[in-house]
Amino acid sequence: MSWVDASAAQLRQDLEAGRVSSVELTRAFLDQIERHDSNVGAFLLIDSEGALRQAAAIDARRAAGQSIGVLGGVPLAIKDILCTAGQPTTCGSRMLERYVPPYDATVVSRLKAADAVIVGKVNLDEFAMGGSTENSAFKLTRNPWDLDRIPGGSSGGSAACIAASMVPWSIGTDTGGSIRQPAALCGVTGLKPTYGRVSRYGLVAFASSLDQAGPLGRSAEDVALLLQAIAGHDPLDTTSANVPVPDYAASLDKPLEGLTLGVVREHFGEGLDGQIEAAVRESLRVFESLGAKLKDVSLPHSKYGIATYYIIAPCEASSNLARYDGVHYGYRTDEKQMLAELEAERNEARVRGGERAADAVDSPLVRLYRRTRAEGFGPEVKRRIMLGTYALSAGYYDAYYVKALQVRRLIRGDYDAAFRDVDLIVGPTTPTPAFRLGEKLNDPLAMYLEDLYTVTANLAGLAALSIPCGLTANGLPIGLHLQAPPFQEERLLQAAHRFQRVTDWHLRRPRLT
Amino acid sequence: MALTRAEVEKVSLLARLRLTDVELDRLTSELGQIVHFVEQLSELDTSGVAPLAHALEAVNVFAEDEVRPSLDRELALANAPKRDDECYRVPAVLGE
Repeated sequence: MSWVDASAAQLRQDLEAGRVSSVELTRAFLDQIERHDSNVGAFLLIDSEGALRQAAAIDARRAAGQSIGVLGGVPLAIKDILCTAGQPTTCGSRMLERYVPPYDATVVSRLKAADAVIVGKVNLDEFAMGGSTENSAFKLTRNPWDLDRIPGGSSGGSAACIAASMVPWSIGTDTGGSIRQPAALCGVTGLKPTYGRVSRYGLVAFASSLDQAGPLGRSAEDVALLLQAIAGHDPLDTTSANVPVPDYAASLDKPLEGLTLGVVREHFGEGLDGQIEAAVRESLRVFESLGAKLKDVSLPHSKYGIATYYIIAPCEASSNLARYDGVHYGYRTDEKQMLAELEAERNEARVRGGERAADAVDSPLVRLYRRTRAEGFGPEVKRRIMLGTYALSAGYYDAYYVKALQVRRLIRGDYDAAFRDVDLIVGPTTPTPAFRLGEKLNDPLAMYLEDLYTVTANLAGLAALSIPCGLTANGLPIGLHLQAPPFQEERLLQAAHRFQRVTDWHLRRPRLT
Repeated sequence: MALTRAEVEKVSLLARLRLTDVELDRLTSELGQIVHFVEQLSELDTSGVAPLAHALEAVNVFAEDEVRPSLDRELALANAPKRDDECYRVPAVLGE
């Protein structure tokens, strides 16, 4: 097996034992990117020079006998929605095409402090809004298992770059399933930490009460190590929880005897692909053979998850994205053209309806905002801003936003009740395997339904992960979804690790052409 | 309840988006479908249920009132599309 196919945890040991240097590893992964990214399209920015410099510095420190951080000089990629000082952070949007943040996100500064070698920034749906990465303003990312299919989203680049062995691990973000769904569709392991477990400082906001950054990797062990590096309280994010961070790697090997897994009745209903159901049911038998008990549970309000999410998330997005005004940073419309357009409109209005009609035309500042945003945002972002603005507008606020917040509490109540009887909840990550590029592009509602099983964990603020648990007859990966009560990442990782000790789905690799 | 094109146009001003006629038509239909979909929530009786705006439900996170260095002005202005030495520049707001 070549270096690029190994897990990050394995590579970390190889580095420690001196079997390979960080520079050699970084070169090997950069070569792999060079060979395959023209087909896969995961990367928006490749920083070969910076990565090699970082790797050389880590090698020098290791040679000098100095201590090395927990990530040990293993190459890594970051979703292009986390701010990197001095390096473009586009969010997959024309709006931020030329934006260069003046500071690092806390996640990024912690990765650097833990000695990750950052090889680049990876593609995403614009502002993390989408489930296929097709909403990126810059490029398509393809699923390495089948280049005609989507890698999932919004962290499609973060999952595809691992599946194509271009890095062994990466950082994604998850607002309604955006780490777990692409992890499932690309056959990698991805964890959405508990809301508040990882700082959001410098994570460009989509829906602030739901957004959470998290790790993707080849195995639960990889994900545990990467979570270790980024988790913990941050005074710069008042919503980051001041809860101690356990040693995630230490408890991975604990046996599963005595653990009860909840199987959600509602997850095996209409719309679930038969091959996915079969793979999930087989995984349940694996867990039983490992000593876990299964228990039937019900989440009666989970069927309202999508409707609840597609009110709350757009409402928060419409408010968060108000900051893109063409004034402080980012794209700005051509001012001369804008003023000329406005002058023509005012004249036309004056002829039609006199001075009052002319005054009803936008002021120059309002028109600057409106043109800037019309030209800078893509269709899905506009759709969500419009939806959120509508739902928050006078007369509709109670009927939509407040109603959704009430249902959100009912959804969390379901989980609270279920977790009194079970330790973890297990089910499918997605209802279907990766679909074809373009298949759902003109049907926003169909795309939203992709998040069926994942959104409720965000609404309730739980920890959840997806691990590979099978392949379809066409060779497409299937993901198993595990959910845990808040701050129980240890339990999730332990179950995932024990599963991966006796299965080899996480070791399968696509044949790259 | 279906959305009208006039409502969508009004919302586009509130959202500070300038939409083309084609976009307005398409969004009127798409938003109508999505709103129809989310209206399934009305079948739930939520009277007496407290809204849950935030999973952590943390309130009043205080910090010491200490002077700390903040972003340097030049750095803060570095990404501005239009600026002078000290400020962001915008089109005239008052008068012509």
